[in-house]
Amino acid sequence: MGQENREPETNLKGTLVSVFVVGLIIIVMWVAVYLLYVAR
Amino acid sequence: MHLHKYEKIWLVFGIASLIVFLSVVGVSAFSQDHTPAGGMETIDPKKVSETAPFDNPGVTQLDDDTYQATIVAMAFGYQAPELKVPVGKEIIFKVTSTDVVHSLTIDNTKVNMMVVPGRITTKSYTFEEPGTYLILCNEYCGTGHHMMYTEIEVYEQ
Amino acid sequence: MIAVQDRKIALWNIGVAYTAFLIGTLCGLLQVFIRNDALQLPAWLDYYQILTAHGVLLALVFTTFFIFGFFITGMSKSLGSFGPKVRLFSWIGFWVTLLGTVMATAMIVAGEASVLYTFYAPLKASGFYYVGLALVIIGTWISSFALVGHYRVWRKNNKGQLSPLFAFMTITTIIMWIIACLGVVATVLFQYIPWAFGWTDTIDVELSRTLFWFFGHPLVYFWLLPAYMAWYVIVPKILGVKVFSDSLARLSFVLFILFSIPVGFHHQLTEPGISNFWKFLQVVLTFMVIVPSLMTAFSMFATFEIAGRKNGGKGLFGWFTKLPWKDIRFTSIFIAMAFFIPGGAGGIINASFQLNEVVHNTLWIVGHFHITVGTPVAMTFMGLTFWLIPYLTGRKFTKSMKVLGLVQIITWSFGMLLMSTAQHLLGLLGAPRRTAYSGYNDHPAALEWFDGILTNHVTMAIGGSILFVSAMILIYIVVMTMFLSPKAVEPKDIVDFPLAESDMSRTPKWLENWWIWIGLALALIVIAYAIPISQMIHHAPPGSEGFKTW
Repeated sequence: MGQENREPETNLKGTLVSVFVVGLIIIVMWVAVYLLYVAR
Repeated sequence: MHLHKYEKIWLVFGIASLIVFLSVVGVSAFSQDHTPAGGMETIDPKKVSETAPFDNPGVTQLDDDTYQATIVAMAFGYQAPELKVPVGKEIIFKVTSTDVVHSLTIDNTKVNMMVVPGRITTKSYTFEEPGTYLILCNEYCGTGHHMMYTEIEVYEQ
Repeated sequence: MIAVQDRKIALWNIGVAYTAFLIGTLCGLLQVFIRNDALQLPAWLDYYQILTAHGVLLALVFTTFFIFGFFITGMSKSLGSFGPKVRLFSWIGFWVTLLGTVMATAMIVAGEASVLYTFYAPLKASGFYYVGLALVIIGTWISSFALVGHYRVWRKNNKGQLSPLFAFMTITTIIMWIIACLGVVATVLFQYIPWAFGWTDTIDVELSRTLFWFFGHPLVYFWLLPAYMAWYVIVPKILGVKVFSDSLARLSFVLFILFSIPVGFHHQLTEPGISNFWKFLQVVLTFMVIVPSLMTAFSMFATFEIAGRKNGGKGLFGWFTKLPWKDIRFTSIFIAMAFFIPGGAGGIINASFQLNEVVHNTLWIVGHFHITVGTPVAMTFMGLTFWLIPYLTGRKFTKSMKVLGLVQIITWSFGMLLMSTAQHLLGLLGAPRRTAYSGYNDHPAALEWFDGILTNHVTMAIGGSILFVSAMILIYIVVMTMFLSPKAVEPKDIVDFPLAESDMSRTPKWLENWWIWIGLALALIVIAYAIPISQMIHHAPPGSEGFKTW
């Protein structure tokens, strides 16, 4: 157990933003199909 | 096992989103009866035409607000004379197959049912718009699969 | 460089994979033109025969042989050369799988098995088609056990140590595969084969479907995990960094053993014979298997960011421009990953219980697996091919090959973007999958589907044609690097196996205690399947006789 990233501050801000963009795509697609389902 | 702070944020967000998705579909399915097609009834696939309700396929009125549409699927068509149902009433579709697996799928609706020989698939649906809807088979059933279709007429009362 | 005898086994596997790829993509090309009504097949050839060949040769044969070629190379590279027994059984596995493939393909060509690669009963193919499929599975088991044997020798000689990440991930994939195959082996051996040869009269259709999907969903993870292996252990090396986190990589893989199997009902959400409770339970379990993919997404971006910053990338996204975009080994896999974002999102939609009614068996599903197995997995394998074959043959990967490789990747991406977008949208409109050319007698609803700018047969045909050109370029690259490119003599020309360093000094040992994961996986399978399957058997209707409707 322990940390693989021992450098005190691995700067992963870009990663955080990137994965949230992925999350947003997932949510938008899901909601779109959900609305289509409700409309039918 | 160390998790980067941002990875924790991401996983919490991701898992929370999944829980929201599940809750939305779960609540809508089980509290408002928006469950997908299914059913646990069985039937002898060789005796479909002698077994009720498939001995008399078509539309029957069950009560003031409910109709039943009984349909037999077979390669490559549907046996159900006069598929006419009223708009705004609950229609209970009951479908089975005399041969291979088919589907009964009504265009532009939630009705998308797998039809499995030996089983009766049930789905309840209320049409909101009158018109003539295309019914088709979307499970591969043989050479004529892409010719397997019929129509259902939804009329205003 | 790994032992020449091991290289030979790997090369034969990859050779068979690309032979299947060649025929399978040709079938795909024919399909888009038939659907467009631009092509009439001769009387002896049927659309559904070609569709069956396309699915079997690409989804089952290409993937399986390529995966074993990759595994064999990587296991020999990371654990050392194979012993004589491992070699023998790897060859036996290869030949048995090939024999099964040839048998099944012969039956498809003979028109005795136009049942598609899902072979749903009571469509009844020739018994030899099912025997062929069974041999394919048995062959992969033999090859799998050979690799497990190689791994056990290494463990015995390296007591108390964690195995290298590549070996760990190979064994994870194999464990999942062996458990998953139990379902399809049960239905093929005990239901289909006796029925197809006439030893039994009828088959329990719903049970056979359930056993098939017990296997069918982990099958897609059997394709995906080797691609993830490339993402976790090959990509960091190409970028010049270490694996982002050894322990998280291993954890995400063991989660796949647990959650990729007890989820098959999400392919059966709109069918009878399974109660809503059990369907929904497996929907919940399906959502669990999304978590390791979320972890993987983070690890990948983190790897890119660390590498890009190391190369001088500044600011929030400066690292992105510092990635080696001219290196096709990387660019191919990066695009493959990008396709998996909508691919994975689509998968979440498919599994969302009643939302499945919108997409089930529509063209959306076809689009979905072309941007999951058809691009994220297949294009990752292409990206591996560019160095794997030269590495195994000791030939150069020349400058012109690099240019061609880039053209190949770009054409595949563009063709797939067109075709899969059209398929997704058509599916949402309601157009069904698995159909030859049909306008349902020019029904207005059907005409409307195909009336859009993107939603028409022409877009699909253009996409499909570009994909075929791309596939042929790839075949050219494969033939060149396998037989014709000059041998690499200078050290700078020698193509290496890019295997990233992974710091496992802090990885917990229990991650490699396989019995924990196998035990938990079996427990989850019992929870998800025992009661619904026993209900299915106890309340089974009279079975179905076989039908040959083609």
